[in-house]
Amino acid sequence: MAKLKSTFKNMFLSLFVISLVVAVLLAQVNKLTAKPIAAAKALKLENAIKEVVPEFDNNPVEEAYKMATPAGDSLLVYPAKKGDEVVGFAVNTYSNNGFSGNIQLMVGFDTGDKVVNYAVLSHAETPGLGSKMNAWFRDTAKPNQAVIGRNLSEGNLSVSKDGGQIDAITASTITSRAFLEAINKAYVVYKESDADSGATQQNNPEKKRKEERGGTHE
Amino acid sequence: MNNNLKVIVNGLIKENPTFVLLLGMCPTLATTSSAINGMSMGLATMFVLICSNAAISALKNFIPDMVRIPAFIVVIAAFVTVVEMVMNAYVPALAASLGIFIPLIVVNCIVLGRAEAFASKNNVLASSLDGFGIGLGFTLALTLLGAIRELLGTGKIFSLSIYPENFGSLIFVLAPGAFIVLGYLIAVFNKLQKK
Repeated sequence: MAKLKSTFKNMFLSLFVISLVVAVLLAQVNKLTAKPIAAAKALKLENAIKEVVPEFDNNPVEEAYKMATPAGDSLLVYPAKKGDEVVGFAVNTYSNNGFSGNIQLMVGFDTGDKVVNYAVLSHAETPGLGSKMNAWFRDTAKPNQAVIGRNLSEGNLSVSKDGGQIDAITASTITSRAFLEAINKAYVVYKESDADSGATQQNNPEKKRKEERGGTHE
Repeated sequence: MNNNLKVIVNGLIKENPTFVLLLGMCPTLATTSSAINGMSMGLATMFVLICSNAAISALKNFIPDMVRIPAFIVVIAAFVTVVEMVMNAYVPALAASLGIFIPLIVVNCIVLGRAEAFASKNNVLASSLDGFGIGLGFTLALTLLGAIRELLGTGKIFSLSIYPENFGSLIFVLAPGAFIVLGYLIAVFNKLQKK
């Protein structure tokens, strides 16, 4: 076949047919991959929730709700329940003050104001410096840098440079500040959710009693 | 040496896209922070190159000269979108770490360059082989660059620890390290090729 001449009709037809074929092809591929993509996203979210709250048997994703923050935006809260009892909350929180912008975290609290665990959902921090936050604040062997197990009712978390109690990541104070800001933000929302669910009233007195009893043993 | 092999070796060595043609520098420098990232970027590009070269070569008589660039871009974009959707569906972690650079394969000058310089003048078989050769050259170059940066920066290759991470020099994982390593690799490649 000889090469088509560049007349208007030829150009129009050729581009039209190519675009049409491509569109059909992409529609088919999209149909095939839409389900796995949605499944992969749901799995990622589910794993993040599982990682950060105590064991649960409900479906937090289905029961998720939005909770307003004092700053005027809202965060997604995933309540974790065992039976009918609330065992914790996973809060999808963020900070825009990272060294390279937005940081998304999933922070889990138990019903006693304590941070159970956290998961970094997305960030753009410097590799090898700020990106260490994924492990740094988790290391319970180094109590000065771990946020896990911290009780936020004792006050907001801040880095030691600002007079706080947490050691910032070496050479990444800005990232650390943003990270703690996100956790503090999550705590405010958690506090509201906790009060709403009534779990605090039910669980906490009992817990305190247990602690007291434990104390008298010694 | 037979002709087909010559086309592949040409892409791999004589016209290596990274070390000789210096095309596609943006993904080369940005995605090679680790060996696995470099390799997957290379493989994704190789897939697009083979498919787009084959398709464009098959369509070459059907595409009038004056609209060849938009036609090529549509064909290339189609394959890139396929790669992106498939990666998002089955290797979401990898897709997240390569991020914007997968869709950007569309405007990678290697792909358009091979379509224009080779596929629009040769038959389907030769064009596919050219895509394979150039893609392989690109993949090897990116993997090598990624491996060296990962080794010098974090003491690992493909996440296998070679020496303790604390002895690594962080600069190699960051952007300046990409330029430094690429510069030395090009120098070494040129030296070896001249012999």
